[in-house]
Amino acid sequence: MTDVMLDARPKAAGAIAGAGLPEKITLRNLRFYYGDHLALKTINLPLYDHRVTAFIGPSGCGKSTLLRVMNRMYDLYPKQRAEGEVLLDGENILSPKQDLNLLRARVGMVFQKPTPFPMTIYDNIAFGIKLYENLSKSEMDGRVEKALRGAALWNEVKDKLNANGMSLSGGQQQRLCIARTVAIKPEVILFDEPCSALDPISTAKIEELIDELKAQYTIAIVTHNMQQASRVSDYTAFMYLGELIEFGETENMFMSPTQKRTQDYITGRFG
Amino acid sequence: MSDHTVKAYDKDLEILARKIAEMGGIAEKMLGDSLEALTAFNVDLARGVVASDPRLDGLQREVEEKAVLTIARRQPMAVDLREIVSAIRISGDLERVGDLAKNIAKRVIKIAPEARLPRAIIGLRHMGELAMMQLKDVLDAYAQRDLERSRSVWTRDADLDALEDSVFRDLLTFMLEDPRNISFCTHLLFCSKNIERAGDHATNIAETIHYLVTGSNLPMDRPKGPTAGVQPDASAK
Repeated sequence: MTDVMLDARPKAAGAIAGAGLPEKITLRNLRFYYGDHLALKTINLPLYDHRVTAFIGPSGCGKSTLLRVMNRMYDLYPKQRAEGEVLLDGENILSPKQDLNLLRARVGMVFQKPTPFPMTIYDNIAFGIKLYENLSKSEMDGRVEKALRGAALWNEVKDKLNANGMSLSGGQQQRLCIARTVAIKPEVILFDEPCSALDPISTAKIEELIDELKAQYTIAIVTHNMQQASRVSDYTAFMYLGELIEFGETENMFMSPTQKRTQDYITGRFG
Repeated sequence: MSDHTVKAYDKDLEILARKIAEMGGIAEKMLGDSLEALTAFNVDLARGVVASDPRLDGLQREVEEKAVLTIARRQPMAVDLREIVSAIRISGDLERVGDLAKNIAKRVIKIAPEARLPRAIIGLRHMGELAMMQLKDVLDAYAQRDLERSRSVWTRDADLDALEDSVFRDLLTFMLEDPRNISFCTHLLFCSKNIERAGDHATNIAETIHYLVTGSNLPMDRPKGPTAGVQPDASAK
């Protein structure tokens, strides 16, 4: 049937509208190993500045791994290594000379499960800032408020900043984590399935937030929710078994993907 | 194409396709019968056409309801979404073809008692044959997702436009020759317009098939024939 049309076209159509946009992060021939296992097979991909790029694909395809490479989170674990280049503003962050603390301040991450620290809401935000900056009380108050506002949480918590972060609802906890991430003024935010543990209202709030955040940050999001990827992202990358199968503008990816495997996956025909 | 993991989803799409096929069959028969009724001034056949219309309307409604429900339930993507949107569009076109056939049939019932000018019918018969071929081809193209065939329907519409233009001139001549022909010929003018419009719906369906299969739209500038009675006028743009 319509399958004949697929795969005949180039993987990433030369006509990606992003071509020409500045690339905040550029992956070049990236290969990643868990011990002897090759988990990412020569990935080449841009993350355009001030755009949202979604990563989709079945479990185990390497999308979370890819995210973890972008702030070298994998360095915390033995026997994991990356080859190739990950350029952040043109500088290779895989270089041994890279300052990891600085890198993680520039490339923040929000995880699937909300991970507030077991401390007050205020301290959850202030904790990260203190690692990098020495601020007066009033300056810190301002920064905490700004971060909470940035994460659309201020109005809900402004009267209980001394309450424990763990006492918030799941959706609020996730926004607290986003506030904690934006508080240290990163340039890139990586979201690893940020809504998978949240109810639809909290999910909508996070999605709304992502849309606002892209004015200031470059965003990468891993999600299993196809509709969410189509709603929040400008570009979408489909991965399968450690390979990048297709990358393109989100609209095209979800209306008329060029690769059969992409289509099978997004239409629910996989496996 | 491989099946969905959720079997009921395949079933939803199957039901939609089946309803479109049924609509296609009814629309084709209505148009064919109305043309036959016109050439033979067969009032009984014309009444049959009028009687078929409610079934076609009902089916269109069913297609829309099923499509909306499927979108709500399954959040279709890519080819599935195009499939459903196409079903909505095609069902609209087929329903209109039925309306046009019904309108021809109603005129046949009206003008049959004063049937005259067998010469005037010849051009309409040609138009009818061409329109029927267009409709049949485009329905086959839909059933087989045949891009080439739908594209040839798309380009061939110009022939139907040209024929309409010549029918228009003929009918005008008959009216000028004898004012008693005016009422009869005016009905035939409407019939020729209806046939030409049915052809346009076949072209719409061809465009929808292109979108369904490729995900992109055909260019806006379809080859066009002369438009009956309308002089090309640069200032009219």
